[in-house]
Amino acid sequence: MDTNWAYNENVKKHFMTPKNMLAGAPEDYHADGEGSVGSPACGDMMMVLIKVKDGRIADFKWKTFGCASAIASTSALSELVLENGGMKLDDAYRVTPEQIIAYLGGLPANKIHCSVLGDKALQAAIDDYYKKNNLTNPIKKAESPIVCQCLNVSEEDIRMEVLEGATNWETLQERTKIGTVCGKCQENAKQIQANFVKRYYSEKTYNPDKEA
Amino acid sequence: MRVYLDNNATTPLHPDVIKAITDFLPYYGNPSSLHETGRDAKEKLYSSINSISEFFGCPREDMIITSCASESNNIILKSFMNKKYDFRPHIIISAIEHPAILETAKYLESNGFDLSLAPVNEDGVVEIETIKNLIKKETVLISVMWVNNEIGTVQPVEEIGRLAKEKNIFFHVDAVQAAGSIPISFKDLPFDSASISAHKMYAPKGIGLLYVKNFAKRKKELTPLIHGGHQEGGFRAGTENTIGIAAFGAACSALSKEMEKNHAQEEKIRDHFEDRVQKEIPHIIINGKNSKRKVSTSNITFKYIEGESILLRLDLHGISVSTGSACSTGSLDPSHVIMALSDDKERAHGSIRFSFGRENTMADADYTVDKLKETVAFLRSISPLYKGE
Repeated sequence: MDTNWAYNENVKKHFMTPKNMLAGAPEDYHADGEGSVGSPACGDMMMVLIKVKDGRIADFKWKTFGCASAIASTSALSELVLENGGMKLDDAYRVTPEQIIAYLGGLPANKIHCSVLGDKALQAAIDDYYKKNNLTNPIKKAESPIVCQCLNVSEEDIRMEVLEGATNWETLQERTKIGTVCGKCQENAKQIQANFVKRYYSEKTYNPDKEA
Repeated sequence: MRVYLDNNATTPLHPDVIKAITDFLPYYGNPSSLHETGRDAKEKLYSSINSISEFFGCPREDMIITSCASESNNIILKSFMNKKYDFRPHIIISAIEHPAILETAKYLESNGFDLSLAPVNEDGVVEIETIKNLIKKETVLISVMWVNNEIGTVQPVEEIGRLAKEKNIFFHVDAVQAAGSIPISFKDLPFDSASISAHKMYAPKGIGLLYVKNFAKRKKELTPLIHGGHQEGGFRAGTENTIGIAAFGAACSALSKEMEKNHAQEEKIRDHFEDRVQKEIPHIIINGKNSKRKVSTSNITFKYIEGESILLRLDLHGISVSTGSACSTGSLDPSHVIMALSDDKERAHGSIRFSFGRENTMADADYTVDKLKETVAFLRSISPLYKGE
């Protein structure tokens, strides 16, 4: 990881020579499922297109607007998903940001929020595939314990906000309004947030492979 | 090939500066010492200080040598915090100031000051009318930069200075990006104070200047940041950065001879660069193009792609530029300067600053356009926002 460039060698490789990107227009690709997340105003946007065969992702193409780590992480995700003849849909649906970051060999902590988008875009594409074929997604979205009962904010919601840079309580509260009604959850919520912050940001580079 | 196009961030040392530093190295004495070793160092600095004084058209007694322009800016703004008021003091700064002014002004705000950020027009210029309308009877200070560091737009500082004088308001100018580009004679300008940084004009980091008009009279109104010594008229303590002063002096002498020539060459290269970019790369915005700009600065938004990825791909081709994208800093807020003139986050995220200097050539500009074309075309081909020509 210790390179004098902005990112490690593997990120650099995926950024300079990305794999599986869609060269032409999305319409011409005839995807079985398509998903987009992010917005240009935030500086990151990803589009994932998949083809499905026998319950597996047979092809994966993408387009990304964003920084080097956003481009590299979508490229890494495409390789991860297409390895060994393509991931099964349910495994693909469960791909986490941690897997993408580990595949890249770590990302700077302040860049994690970029790569969170790839897995979300893939989930959206799989959802779209099921919808188009009138099928029900067999994977229920993981139930996450509710932390703020008043406003229905879950542990997963807190985790996602931390990944997107809400490393202090004020920012988390600004974005989710957590603990602004009865306020009883505040202490617990702050502890949960602190644990995630410690997990993702205690080192300059976050690499899930090196987690104890 | 290495092409350095980030001269607004910092500049390479001028060969004369390198020579001056090398020549000064044996003069290790403390200029405050009475003995010969100290006197030799002091003696050697005289001509350097004179060169600085001449280059900026300001008398020695109105110059305070500092460590950088951020320090100079801090001295002026924080001095206003150390005064007693029987009203809530109001300050005006432009919305596109460098963080050294912006953050310091916000610090004053957090200490009870009333702060107004003067907006800029879509060409990146603070209009005199805007300042006029913001002035209140409680306004004690106006601070506007001469040349914006990101887009190079020249601000109407002389007009604002005359207005401030008429209203009896202290006027400070962050002149960092003007130094070495625009001929300056502080004694003839309607500024109460101004700051300069030597490393933007081919001298090393760690040396700057604060100019205060009629400093002897004004001194009691201002507060030092660093107490504890008689240096700089007792106003800025700390043993002189002797090598820095020698280097700064050498940069001033060199530029007084070649500034005009550099200016013409930089303008020619920048214009050629922008002409080619405009002809050969579609969907771009040259930020601040309609206003008077520092001739060496070109800030361009490449639509549908993001600045950090442009910067890093150019970097791998040996080209050094900078970006107003948030992604380069890891925050979600893009350049406050591009936002101030457009309120368009996409425009800010896709902006790249090319700042030319005395060492750049036409070949540098051509090589950069060639690599830029390639980079922009590639990033657009993988961008979900780009729908073709």
